[in-house]
Amino acid sequence: MKRVGVFICHCGTNIAQAVDCEKVAQNAQAFPGVAFSTDYKYMCAEPGQDLIKKAISEHRLDRVVVASCSPRMHEPTFRKCLERAGLNPYLLEMANIREHCAWVHPDDKERATLKATELVRMAVAKVIQNEPLDRSTIPITKRALVIGGGIAGIQAALDIANAGHLVDIVEKEPSIGGRMAQIDKTFPTLDCSACILTPKMVEVANHPNVRLITYSEVEKVEGYVGNFEVTIRQKARSVDLSACTGCGLCTEKCPTKVPSEFEMEMMNRKAIYTPFPQAIPNKPVIDRENCRYFKTGKCGVCQKLCPAQAVDFTQEDQLVTERYGAIVVATGFDLFDDSVYGEYGYGRYKDVITGLHFERLVNASGPTMGKIKRPSDGQEPKNVVFIKCVGSRDEAKGKAYCSKTCCMYTAKHATLVREKIKDSNVYVFYMDVRTPGKGYEEFYTRTTDQYGAKYLRGRVSKIYEKGGKLIVRGEDTLLGRQIEIEADMVVLATAMVAKENAAELAQMIGFSYDQDNFYTEAHPKLAPVETHTAGVFLAGACQGPKDIPDSVAQASAAAVKVCGLLSKERMETEPTISIVNEAICAGCGMCVTVCPYKAIELKFIQERVDGKVINRRVASVNSGLCQGCGACTVACRSAALNLKHFTNEQILAEVDALCL
Amino acid sequence: METIELTSALEQGKDTLEAIVKESGVQVTRCYQCGKCTGGCPVAFAMDKAPREIMRLLQLGLVEEALRSKTIWLCASCDTCSTRCPREVDIAKVMETLRIMAKKKGYITEKRMDLFHNLFLKSVETTGRVYEGGLVLGRNILGMQPFRDVHLGPSMFLKGKISPLPHIIKDNGEVKKIFANVRKRGGNV
Repeated sequence: MKRVGVFICHCGTNIAQAVDCEKVAQNAQAFPGVAFSTDYKYMCAEPGQDLIKKAISEHRLDRVVVASCSPRMHEPTFRKCLERAGLNPYLLEMANIREHCAWVHPDDKERATLKATELVRMAVAKVIQNEPLDRSTIPITKRALVIGGGIAGIQAALDIANAGHLVDIVEKEPSIGGRMAQIDKTFPTLDCSACILTPKMVEVANHPNVRLITYSEVEKVEGYVGNFEVTIRQKARSVDLSACTGCGLCTEKCPTKVPSEFEMEMMNRKAIYTPFPQAIPNKPVIDRENCRYFKTGKCGVCQKLCPAQAVDFTQEDQLVTERYGAIVVATGFDLFDDSVYGEYGYGRYKDVITGLHFERLVNASGPTMGKIKRPSDGQEPKNVVFIKCVGSRDEAKGKAYCSKTCCMYTAKHATLVREKIKDSNVYVFYMDVRTPGKGYEEFYTRTTDQYGAKYLRGRVSKIYEKGGKLIVRGEDTLLGRQIEIEADMVVLATAMVAKENAAELAQMIGFSYDQDNFYTEAHPKLAPVETHTAGVFLAGACQGPKDIPDSVAQASAAAVKVCGLLSKERMETEPTISIVNEAICAGCGMCVTVCPYKAIELKFIQERVDGKVINRRVASVNSGLCQGCGACTVACRSAALNLKHFTNEQILAEVDALCL
Repeated sequence: METIELTSALEQGKDTLEAIVKESGVQVTRCYQCGKCTGGCPVAFAMDKAPREIMRLLQLGLVEEALRSKTIWLCASCDTCSTRCPREVDIAKVMETLRIMAKKKGYITEKRMDLFHNLFLKSVETTGRVYEGGLVLGRNILGMQPFRDVHLGPSMFLKGKISPLPHIIKDNGEVKKIFANVRKRGGNV
């Protein structure tokens, strides 16, 4: 006869206010196999765990049921507790009477208590069927992958590399650097973005532990924590990186001009180009869509002139497969499309621009060499209007969330306009000014007090053109009057949105994302850089709008998690995997097709039937690959597959306990 | 400046506000006072309270003050505010609801607007469509502004925009039935 101990947790008042825990403990006493049952305020706390350990030895318990919260949080806690008490950790069963009972039935204590009792009855029935299981270990691939080479990706890679681990950065663009490379100055200190970014770019490029894989995209991710198998598409650069010296002759002589993405299309680049002067690798790439050679078969000037003979039109995309122990996703953000606001005329009026356009306009290496000139006629604007929350905090046409960075970068832009154009007037339309960062409020105060930017509380209703001026119309809500400003240029503080293919990447790797396609952290407070998928971590704005300090901090945090993983030689694996009963397996192969981890294959076994030796086909589970999802057990027609710790017998015991 | 005793204001305005919310289907608490409605309102110049301020009065339970404003009568129902509102608040609908309620309570702060509405509906009921000439005449005489906009008359007449006689639609009875139905359901037309 098994001796089960039942422990009911109050979870403070979380469970106790909806469920009569004492009564559940009393009821449990009568269940078959239960030798001891009690309740306690906090079962997960030290005294609660001591209570369990003491009861195990005093009452000679060999099975334990803890009725508390979701096993997601505290199953590991109680398993360790059992181990310390000398029991196999898999002889524990949890009944979730918090999320599944107390929180969903807060108003009917009697029936909630009944439901909690039933949940405990099921757990007791199952735990009696539980078998002791042993964990095994698998080796860890000691190399990390960072997807995205912006500031978050660079920081994460550097921290991982400096801890002595190998790391690859896969960057979609021809150069690393990301959005930060486009930015002019950084708040709240106004130091130049490139001056603090480019040394990091160089450091990461020269680091012996780091390999840069630029102009490449992740195409497929298989495997699991410790052993991811990643297929990377290296797009054809048409330039041999090892031969190219980066002399720039090809770019100079290329006859095709294309609007530069890096310069927000306010300047042209060539068809063979490096995205920006400090690019790393500082070697060109051919934009095949616009290259004259690829479009018409004629030209080839770059190839003829290249002194290193590095231009290679025959290059093709290459697929390489690498193994990694951990993945950091740092894919960054895109800008919201402001043209959905017909009333603002973005896209129609040349002088209505986004904040990122403005960054290029004030940047010394930008299209205007750092002189603020409006795009329409190159004149210096005297009256500049900034509009905040464009696309943000707008459920009707934009995004419901606050983009977090706009208050500060708009204050920075206002400061820069006042600094560079002495006789300028700066107006900022705002709804709230949010400055919760170190030195941020002081920066904003300087913008109004020292630089004289005029802050107007209200959302702009309309922008229209009149006599070469942009008329900006809104309400000063503090005054309660309509106001109009004759502006020379309008800058929209555009919302940050998730990358266009963010959801696709998340699905490929297998982790979750929210309604706005930002990646979901495992816990908003206690696991902010982890995903729900073991071994996959998040850094930067792909998780939600973030400024540079936050992105860097998160990247370092993600790097620590990766280092923790890679510092081990081997990793424990869960024993809750599928097993095959070869005697009844028909070898149909159904399980092979449904297995999402490619953990099942067919093998031949030799058998003696009627004195003859025959070869028979059966399924075989690779214990290293199986993740215990149970898909095969459902698909198997002859019930030959069973999932350890969730066997058909164990599940049926639960159902019987509830229904019989 | 008068101080508002907010706790009692909220309590007193509760029932009327509930009625407005129910009638209009608009949750006034959703407004976050950005002023985009007012900024783009083509008639805000003539209003005593900005549309945003009307929403604020309602949020604070000061419903009487909103009902007695001229704003609700001056609103041209052009819907620019509702179209642009980032919180999807149908402000024009709120204005209409307030107007109906004000009329029931007898608070008509813009007599000529009310007169215009009455004449407009009367005209539609009688002829099945608006008789512009009659509407202008009635509005100017009863509104005691006999010469208002008369200089526009000749050119509008020549362009065929107004005719001396009303056009009566084919089946006028149908429109009359609509009016009768509205009255039967308690409509104040």
